[in-house]
Amino acid sequence: MTVITDALCPFCGCLCDDLTIVVDDNKITDVKQACKLGTAKIMGHHRIKEPMMRKDKNSEFTEVSYEEAINEAARILSNSKRPLLYGWASAVCEVHKKGILLAEELGAIIDNTATVCHAPSTLAVHEKGLPTATLGQIKNRADVIVFWGSNPVHAHPRHMGRYSVFSKGLFTEKGRKGRKVIVVDVRKTETANMADEFVQVQQGSDYLVVSALRAILSGHADVVPDTVGGVPKEQLIKIVEVLKTAKFVGIFFGMGLTQSESRYKNIDNAISLTFELNSFTKCAITPMRGHYNVTGFGQVCSWETGFATAVDFARNAPYYNPGETAANDVLLRKETDAAMIIAGDAGAHFPADSVRHLAKIPVVQIDPYWNPTTEVSNVVIPVAICGVEVEGTAYRMDGVSMRMRKMIEPTHPPDTQILERITQRVRELRGE
Amino acid sequence: MTLDAILITGRTINQGATIENKTSLDYQEATAYCELNPKDIGILGISPGSCVSVITDHGDVVVKLKENIGNPDGLAFIPMGPWANAVVDPDTRGCGMPGFKGIPSRIEPTEKKVLSMKELIAGYK
Repeated sequence: MTVITDALCPFCGCLCDDLTIVVDDNKITDVKQACKLGTAKIMGHHRIKEPMMRKDKNSEFTEVSYEEAINEAARILSNSKRPLLYGWASAVCEVHKKGILLAEELGAIIDNTATVCHAPSTLAVHEKGLPTATLGQIKNRADVIVFWGSNPVHAHPRHMGRYSVFSKGLFTEKGRKGRKVIVVDVRKTETANMADEFVQVQQGSDYLVVSALRAILSGHADVVPDTVGGVPKEQLIKIVEVLKTAKFVGIFFGMGLTQSESRYKNIDNAISLTFELNSFTKCAITPMRGHYNVTGFGQVCSWETGFATAVDFARNAPYYNPGETAANDVLLRKETDAAMIIAGDAGAHFPADSVRHLAKIPVVQIDPYWNPTTEVSNVVIPVAICGVEVEGTAYRMDGVSMRMRKMIEPTHPPDTQILERITQRVRELRGE
Repeated sequence: MTLDAILITGRTINQGATIENKTSLDYQEATAYCELNPKDIGILGISPGSCVSVITDHGDVVVKLKENIGNPDGLAFIPMGPWANAVVDPDTRGCGMPGFKGIPSRIEPTEKKVLSMKELIAGYK
């Protein structure tokens, strides 16, 4: 029996690094300190055992060798005029690097799961920059915490305990007692139930509410109507007072802002509010990233191509224009004629029309698990699980890089090996 | 009776805990439902656990009805996943992001059953 201490959790963007993993005969028998999400992933589920292929998507899969599956994947991708390589967030940065190289070889579009998550936040950062802080700074300094359109009780269960609401640090030794918590949401979530102040906005009105807070902060409360987006003016004034008089405000935001009406403009406005609060006190804003290494893909893609995601290599040089080159844009326009889905599940998390198009074109899936993407795939290549069976680098939601540890020996090859072999085969097919 | 509601989708702890196990009944139970507050459920005239059709301009899907006292009137929530995505707005509004929240929808009782993940995706082929 082996006990691994200080292991990292490969589930959400909190990247908790205090787990204890008990391994017996190359099987994980216990996970300590992790939340329900992390425990479920690390303890594992039913896996795809062997590579599989089929010509007709309505027929059953046939098990094949890795070589056969890799050859067919390379054939599909090299025959494609407009390939899409999508997913990446459940893999380590070493995989992203190989993926971007393959995208360049193919002249493909490469996009990651942020496209249905925090990619609008990236657009807002282009407009305004990002006044942010590490989670360590929040833990040690923040006395006011705001969750806006984010429900960490469900999506990031240990965030409040480790980094924000309850954590005790250098200047926050009282923990929860020394902090005010504001939750802004369209419904009273479990996170809202724990707040000192719950601000209930009408769905799609976040932009208006942020604008009202900015008006009040700049001394123009007189122009603010009696209610804004369903929020009474008195409550908005009270919140501005709490924010202004705080020692350090930590704002965390989620899909409530990125996926609602106005999309990235909501975040653009929230970043402006953050900047303006810094005239009165210290204030930092941080996106609540979903997958444990979705932040990492943005980092690798930025340093390799100059852009964080939705990069189109069709012109032989990186081109980026979400709205035109993001995964759902090209699927909905039926432009994509072949796709490789890796470490992400477009079949489950894209709108029906995008999945309908995936069902019509050749699809290669690289993933440890059977999921809706498998249902629309022609070639399925099972791999080892990054962060459990494969070590590598991942980036926490605040941009801090950490080294994922290997807990057990893999039973399947790593994504990096599969991508290298596909890239090699693509080159051979093209006679290079 | 039918109910007009604004639909939002999003994460839940059970959706996350079953996300790597999407062929399981656990995943279906964690994601193929629609939450409304008790008042809105009263308008539909059926009890939680019954099946409802959620219909939008983009499609329709059958899910189980569930109660959530935290929802304001006229707000429906379906956990993110294949069932929710059968009815979300695919329009990326020029920034790559489909409309996963804020979709006008009509909710009505139905005799139809919830499709399994495989049956749902098979409908797209």
